Amino acid sequence: MNHLHGIVRSNRSMLLFLGLFALIAVATQLSGVPLMQRIVTVMMINLILVLGLQVFMGNSGFLSFVHIGFMGIGAYTSALLAMPVRAKSAALPTLYPFLADIQLPFLPAVLLAALVAALVAAIFGYPLMRLSESAAAIASFAMLVIIHVVLSQWSAVTNGPRTLFGVLRYTDLMTAAMWALVIIAVAYLFKRSTLGLKLRASRDNIHAAYSLGINVVVVRWIAFVISAAICGLAGALWAHFITSFAPGAFYLAQTFVVLTMLIVGGPRTVSGAVVGVLAVTAVHEGLRHVENTLNTSGSLPFQVVGLTEVLLAAALIVMLAVRPGGLIQSGEAGSPKARTVPPQQSAHVAAEEAS
Amino acid sequence: MQTFLQFILNALSLGSIYALMALGLVIVFGILRLVNFAYGELIMVAGYAWFALQGPGWPWVLLAVGAVIAAGVVSVLTERVAFRPVRSDSLNAMLVTSFAVSTLLQNSALLLVSPRARAVEVPSVLNNSIEFGGLRLGVNDLVTIVVCGAVLLALGALLRRTTLGIALRAAADDFRMLRLLGVRADKVIATAFAISGVLAGVVGVLWITRIGAVTPTVGAAPLLIALIAVVVGGMNGLAGSIVGGYLLGTLTVGLQLFLPQEVLAFRDAFIFAVVIIVLVLRPQGLVKGRYSAERVA
Repeated sequence: MNHLHGIVRSNRSMLLFLGLFALIAVATQLSGVPLMQRIVTVMMINLILVLGLQVFMGNSGFLSFVHIGFMGIGAYTSALLAMPVRAKSAALPTLYPFLADIQLPFLPAVLLAALVAALVAAIFGYPLMRLSESAAAIASFAMLVIIHVVLSQWSAVTNGPRTLFGVLRYTDLMTAAMWALVIIAVAYLFKRSTLGLKLRASRDNIHAAYSLGINVVVVRWIAFVISAAICGLAGALWAHFITSFAPGAFYLAQTFVVLTMLIVGGPRTVSGAVVGVLAVTAVHEGLRHVENTLNTSGSLPFQVVGLTEVLLAAALIVMLAVRPGGLIQSGEAGSPKARTVPPQQSAHVAAEEAS
Repeated sequence: MQTFLQFILNALSLGSIYALMALGLVIVFGILRLVNFAYGELIMVAGYAWFALQGPGWPWVLLAVGAVIAAGVVSVLTERVAFRPVRSDSLNAMLVTSFAVSTLLQNSALLLVSPRARAVEVPSVLNNSIEFGGLRLGVNDLVTIVVCGAVLLALGALLRRTTLGIALRAAADDFRMLRLLGVRADKVIATAFAISGVLAGVVGVLWITRIGAVTPTVGAAPLLIALIAVVVGGMNGLAGSIVGGYLLGTLTVGLQLFLPQEVLAFRDAFIFAVVIIVLVLRPQGLVKGRYSAERVA
């Protein structure tokens, strides 16, 4: 009994959010409102994406633009593996035979999608892990562009820049929610693992981390691969929910949404990432509703396009200026000892401010 | 021989516009270590300014000046409103801010103008071409080469001869030392953004009049080009970005000429692969800058 109490106590933040999201999923399911179910399903998938990004960005301190590319890789892999053979030959007549003749069930397809994304990340990501902060950001951006170009030009496999139709619909609210709960637990456990601790040590002081014998490049690389797998998984779930999509879906617009969620919530904490997804989804859907109402009511002589993004971007800029660490900067929400350590600045900047 | 000369001319024209793009990006990067993702949107602003001014039939030099001023003003505004508050935070905060500013400007254009392309009136003389000795040179290419050369010379003079220019160059080398010498950081950074905006404006005018239309996403391609040129040429000096720009212009014209059509679709993927390879193997770029201290804000 005492033992159980200890487990609950040390995982209070995780259990809090697991419970909250299970509750949201069940309540939405019972409500039976299709629009709500759709919004919450997409939110669950976005949650998986943001947590995938948090595993790498939050612990390593590196900014990554490429993760939406891994989402795209996951989406196309799973879509191709699970598509019925006949639909596949109609949609992609020039597909390679070994891909054209197989049809896997949902679960293996999704898991393989995560694996392929992880493999791509493992092969091409390793050299990136050696770079300095700003070079790594540029390189990850370059990698996103490369993945986008390949997805939109490899006509035999992806139908080129055109929309790929005929993906089977497997993902529903409950599947998405279940995966989201699993990934919440993974993100918390990763943060608490030895690997997560080493990674955060390298983030806070790379020289000290090296002197303790931490192989910073390898630790970063493992986290990068894990986070790519999570994003690939999210892409696969998304593909089987949306059922028809084009490479444009996995580019800068989606990157902006996911980064906003993570930054607003607070990239350094898992609870921050989770809260960020909730907050940004609420604001985003609210604004979109206003935009749609304005457009359908015909009260304006022109169509309102982009208002949601303008306000969201403005909110992000204000957020970064006022509270750069995000809503939950440090110390997981709901955990017993919420310490308030200010986000660490690089040493010379701190010295500068002090002078 | 003639093909070769023609190739050189085309490469020179494209290269000089790429060099200006890269220069505008690197002048801010040199001081703040910030890759300004909103840089492409400054080019877009110049395009829309041209579009907004073109109604009453003003002389087109006036349109060009108006467009350049608009881009410069917006650049300084973004610095004041968005970048200054996050300057002392992490590099990531600044990068994400620039991403947000880019989205904000792009969607403002969607909201305030239109998602569809807007045609700009181009002075008809630009579409003519001059022929001599079997070589064809478009007037717009000639204008590009001359304007870019003039801007490069003017910028060089500004950076070498004026106090502000020397302060700017010193800031790129060691910003903290510069502040210790009593130079105001805000002023130096605002100037860098102003120059960056003006360069984006000049590039915008040249770029938009080439394309003949302006869309909300027109800045995406120039941003990527500038990014590549800067990384390949070298991020720690202005000379490197100019070299990178001309190199990339030559490479683009060359690939266009020699690559088979079906591989050409993947051209951008190849070029960005070069970017990653350069970052990994030679992070300082082709032209190594002089001593440069770590980022301070």
